[in-house]
Amino acid sequence: MPETFLPESYLPVLIFLIIASGFAIGTLAVGWLIRPSRPYAKKLSPYESGNPPFSDARQPFPIRYYIIAMLFVIFDIEAVFLYPWAAAFNKIGLYALVEMVLFIIILFVGYIYALGKGALDWES
Amino acid sequence: MGILERQFEENVLTTTVDAMVNWARKSSIWPMTFGLACCAIEMMAITVPRYDIARLGAEVFRATPRQSDLMIVAGTLTRKMASVLRQVYDQMPEPRYVIAMGTCATSGGIFNTYSVVQGVDQIVPVDVFVPGCPPRPEALIHGIITLQKKIEQQKFLRK
Amino acid sequence: MTPELIIDKIKNRFPDNILSTKVEFGEGTVSIKRGSLLDVCRFLHDDPELYFDFITDICSVDFIGHEERFEVVYHFYSVRHNHRIRIKARAPEKDAVIDSLCPIWKGANWLEREVYDLMGINFIGHPDMRRILMPEDFAGHPLRKDYPTEGRGERSTFDFIPDID
Repeated sequence: MPETFLPESYLPVLIFLIIASGFAIGTLAVGWLIRPSRPYAKKLSPYESGNPPFSDARQPFPIRYYIIAMLFVIFDIEAVFLYPWAAAFNKIGLYALVEMVLFIIILFVGYIYALGKGALDWES
Repeated sequence: MGILERQFEENVLTTTVDAMVNWARKSSIWPMTFGLACCAIEMMAITVPRYDIARLGAEVFRATPRQSDLMIVAGTLTRKMASVLRQVYDQMPEPRYVIAMGTCATSGGIFNTYSVVQGVDQIVPVDVFVPGCPPRPEALIHGIITLQKKIEQQKFLRK
Repeated sequence: MTPELIIDKIKNRFPDNILSTKVEFGEGTVSIKRGSLLDVCRFLHDDPELYFDFITDICSVDFIGHEERFEVVYHFYSVRHNHRIRIKARAPEKDAVIDSLCPIWKGANWLEREVYDLMGINFIGHPDMRRILMPEDFAGHPLRKDYPTEGRGERSTFDFIPDID
């Protein structure tokens, strides 16, 4: 029968978590109980220094932010793969070096393609 | 309406809770800047260390009505600005208070003309009027302390 | 240039359009006919010795009872030469229009809007003739002499107050 692992030394952390979340939830609950709630249409209208709002605040989102974020994710994963390889480099030798260089070359080709397609241009 | 408001009879528990809630509300009145004319300068003057409104709890002057409790209407209100004043008052969350500072906000002041609203209480409900042209900073602080005394009388839990 | 020299120059250029001139307290004033306003002002702006490039103020006077009821007063200043001049032009009540100076000085835009708002004088050729100081739905021109100081009830009619508290 396997032993159950009871981490007694983490008990203060649990107590701290309970008290901290209790404090936060408690103050929010007291606020919710005490505050008045009388909404009406004019109160909920968006604040525009007292003038009537004349346009929706939502605007079309520029797509270049999305493309930059996508490229970031891909190359970040590549960097994550590089870290353990670099840490264990002197044990794995030439074979691992060649393999990693091939990996980087494949991703580098993708990078050149993205650069040529103008994915990193900010102004267009 | 909050679910606990005005539900209970007067007894020692509800009066104590009311005293606590009123103390919390009166000790942290955050004013909103609605300085329209010269009274705004005296309103700015109460924030300096000499007159120091921060010791009464009115530490921060919020620029947005969404985070403020008190609107100090300081200055002459013209008919063109009146709809803006009402809109900004409407966007303040309860509990909200209004101080009409100066004679122009109280009653139109010396400007008995076609464009000046003769008293801000035609548009928003006013709690404290502070006369003066402009009122000295001490007078405005007296007005805020009067407002604090008014808040102390409010009923929250009690019917 | 002194006011006398400026006025002499204007008189030499436009001998028929000037109604009267005056130099008082070191300031020169020229009253001209309403129809010649644009020509005189373009001359004042373009002539290299006068070079009035800054329109300081446009205001109006209501002489109620006279047949030329309104007078529009223009103040010009030359930044290059540091001299000033005042031009006055009158308009009758029935035909209270005058040429706009917006094509020559861009700063005349809001000044003429103020004159229109408060006195009711229309400016021909103004790109954006609407009220500037009074609310948009205001009726009447308050600075005329026959408009009561306390107004006609606009200051206490409000259509935006909701029925809460």
